Amino acid sequence: MTATPPVLEITDLAIRLPAGSDRTRAVDGVSLSVKPGEIVCLVGESGSGKSVIAHSVLGLLPRALTAERGSVRLEGEDVLAASPDRLRALRCTRMSMVFQEPMTALNPVMSCGRQIDEVLQEHTRLDAQQRRTKILEIMAQVRLPEPERLIDTYPHQLSGGQRQRIMIAMALILEPVLLIADEPTTALDVTTQAQILSLIRDLQRQRGTGVLFITHDFGVVAEIADRVAVLQHGKLVELGETSQVLRAPVHPYTKMLIASVPSMIPRHRDAIAPGEPVLRTEKLTKTYSTTGFFQAARVVRAADDVTLSVGRGETLGIVGESGSGKSTVARCIARLIDPSSGAIYLHRDEIGQLSRARLRRHRKRVQIVFQDPYRSLNPRRSVGASIIEGPMNYGLTHDAALARARQLMETVKLDPAALDRFPHEFSGGQRQRICIARALAMEPDLLIADEAVSALDVSVQAQVLDLLDHIRKTLALAMLFITHDLRVAAQVCDRVAVMHRGKVVEYGPVGQIFGDPQHAHTRELFAAAPGRGYAFGVAPAQK
Amino acid sequence: MSAERSLDAEIGEILPRPQRLNAFGRALRHKGVIFGAMILALMIIVALAAPLLGTSNPTKIDPTCRNKGPNVECVTRNDAGQRVPVMHWMGTDSLGRDVYSRVIYGARVSLMVGISVAAIAIAIGLVIGLVAGYFRWLDAIVMRLMDGLMAIPGILLAIALVAVWRAGLPAVILAIVVPEIPRVVRLVRSVVLTIREEPYVEAAISVGTPTPLILIRHVLPNTLAPLIVQGTYICASAMLVEAILSFLGIGIPPETPSWGNIMAEGRTLFRVTPHNILFPGIFLGLSVLAVNILGDGLRDTLDPRLSNRV
Repeated sequence: MTATPPVLEITDLAIRLPAGSDRTRAVDGVSLSVKPGEIVCLVGESGSGKSVIAHSVLGLLPRALTAERGSVRLEGEDVLAASPDRLRALRCTRMSMVFQEPMTALNPVMSCGRQIDEVLQEHTRLDAQQRRTKILEIMAQVRLPEPERLIDTYPHQLSGGQRQRIMIAMALILEPVLLIADEPTTALDVTTQAQILSLIRDLQRQRGTGVLFITHDFGVVAEIADRVAVLQHGKLVELGETSQVLRAPVHPYTKMLIASVPSMIPRHRDAIAPGEPVLRTEKLTKTYSTTGFFQAARVVRAADDVTLSVGRGETLGIVGESGSGKSTVARCIARLIDPSSGAIYLHRDEIGQLSRARLRRHRKRVQIVFQDPYRSLNPRRSVGASIIEGPMNYGLTHDAALARARQLMETVKLDPAALDRFPHEFSGGQRQRICIARALAMEPDLLIADEAVSALDVSVQAQVLDLLDHIRKTLALAMLFITHDLRVAAQVCDRVAVMHRGKVVEYGPVGQIFGDPQHAHTRELFAAAPGRGYAFGVAPAQK
Repeated sequence: MSAERSLDAEIGEILPRPQRLNAFGRALRHKGVIFGAMILALMIIVALAAPLLGTSNPTKIDPTCRNKGPNVECVTRNDAGQRVPVMHWMGTDSLGRDVYSRVIYGARVSLMVGISVAAIAIAIGLVIGLVAGYFRWLDAIVMRLMDGLMAIPGILLAIALVAVWRAGLPAVILAIVVPEIPRVVRLVRSVVLTIREEPYVEAAISVGTPTPLILIRHVLPNTLAPLIVQGTYICASAMLVEAILSFLGIGIPPETPSWGNIMAEGRTLFRVTPHNILFPGIFLGLSVLAVNILGDGLRDTLDPRLSNRV
């Protein structure tokens, strides 16, 4: 321990929640400090209070939340007691923040250069020429290509990673002593995430900035943190050096979280008896074309010559970054969108080119579970009504459908009595189970999980993954598992198809692809996956 | 913006989940809703109970008692030929008709026009909007038609209708409904366009729910709250347009009392007998205000985008 005073010191912070909430305090007795040149990761699942802490440091808490006791000191100055004017002076100059969604955090009708310029105009007395030089300088430092050109672009003209670089440039231009990063890479692809993480790390080291980094992802923690603080329900349960916390956690909650992170090492799976595939696609292609009066038509091949097959009791994973076409393939197979060309065989029936009317007979054989558990159930209908809707469409009586729904609620480990409750009464994980029950109610041959666990907390994610795998085994379902997360793919898939720009670039058994990736893009994905140095997913050794 | 979102997401996990289904319950406790609804209810009672409120025949002309001020008593013959004193609380107009009775009976026309225009415009607009929003290939055609309808001014349409048909309540209602329909269609269509992308609609498609059922079960309920709000605004503006049409003499025929008619009648002698315009004006203003306050209250409570958060 060195004697340098911390840039940020939070002591016994407690923040009250409005009456009627699940608990009385959003943050309860949290103490932690960030030293210059140090990255402290604040980890926790949704609702743990990590964002509340970040916002209280910046003085951005909504009025309904008030600090009850404790102090937040930035270089010794109590931020909680500071006036709004003082806070405004402190932001950007002494502390600044990088947000999760760079698209919404940037003003869409202002050029990027002007947005950075705004910070300088507000806080410095530099003239226009000096400001421009400084902006170009920082843009080069955050490794934006061609700063001279990018300075006049608007946010929508940049990629997600570039936008996040602009945000970082804006945050660091006045060399604050403290940077708060609230899930800055969550909305980005893994390869971009790796670049942004190393950028933050490098800049922070050069400048000796203290960083409070908020994340839910232990992989990211492993990549970037010097120290880790684990939050559970607003309480700090564990605080320590990164390698210490990740390798030998003490608190049971931390142990549980780390054990829930899926491992990169594929799980051993029983060989599948070869048989006729349930689903086979042949040269499946989906193109979108934009036609304009004044420009030539542009054709985007969202899925390009995709040939895959899934057998009974087998899970095929499709992995790729956003825009790789993996969801397009899933939605073509579920016939939520119409493929442009190519064939989709369900057993022996070709369904890719069937008209909507003739498709109806085959609909029930392919079911899909979506990513967002909050939007995939109609909020105005009871979950029972949602589950029995499908079977009743195919002629089952109300009572028979309800009986099946009760049974399925048990299959997905929920209380059958909860059928007449409404979606808002369930948590995200429970809703996802309900969506699985709804899909199973159709007795499908093929279940598509389109990023079905991506929006869930790790501990819940592990449970839903187990449930899906259990269902696949007991019902001998063919499963198509779409995910961007290599760790998840390693745990549930028998075979994996890696997609890049609409094409399948690598396709084979999970062990082969994870053990010896051939294609350059696959290798890039693996290299970017955060936290490879740690063995997650296994119960850590007892101390 | 995004800061708020991530924070909201987090607080959302801790706070009780938004009770969307209670929106109508919340609406009933909103001050504006209560105030507007009470005034509106009062107007409806007045309109329905017009014959019981001490009124005389609103169309009865009394040449001996013209252009009297408020609170004047005239002696007139009743239907049986006896001479009886009649109290004119709001005075009489240039034909000696009792303004109070005319204003009270006039409420019937105004409310009738307001409510039926809102109901008809919403019913037609809802169907067109649902179809246009859900079936993309129909969208362009329907929306261009709607743009065309929107370009027709209500007052000119009313003049045209009166010219080819005859002046009366149906012509007035039709003339006001036509330009309102496109506004409803646009509103419904915009809601449908967002809802049809919701995963629960896609889930309904993949469990084989027929399209009409998807529209009714999953899409329609989401349009109701904004439609109710829009309905109140349509109602208020319809009442105003009806008054304007009647004032211009192309609306309700002069023998039927309506607030616009009464004001038109009083226009020539406005300086001598201002009550002829004052009293129907107060009633019209109060009704439109009440409906608008009701609409604002409903918007605050029913429309989640504008309702207060944490």
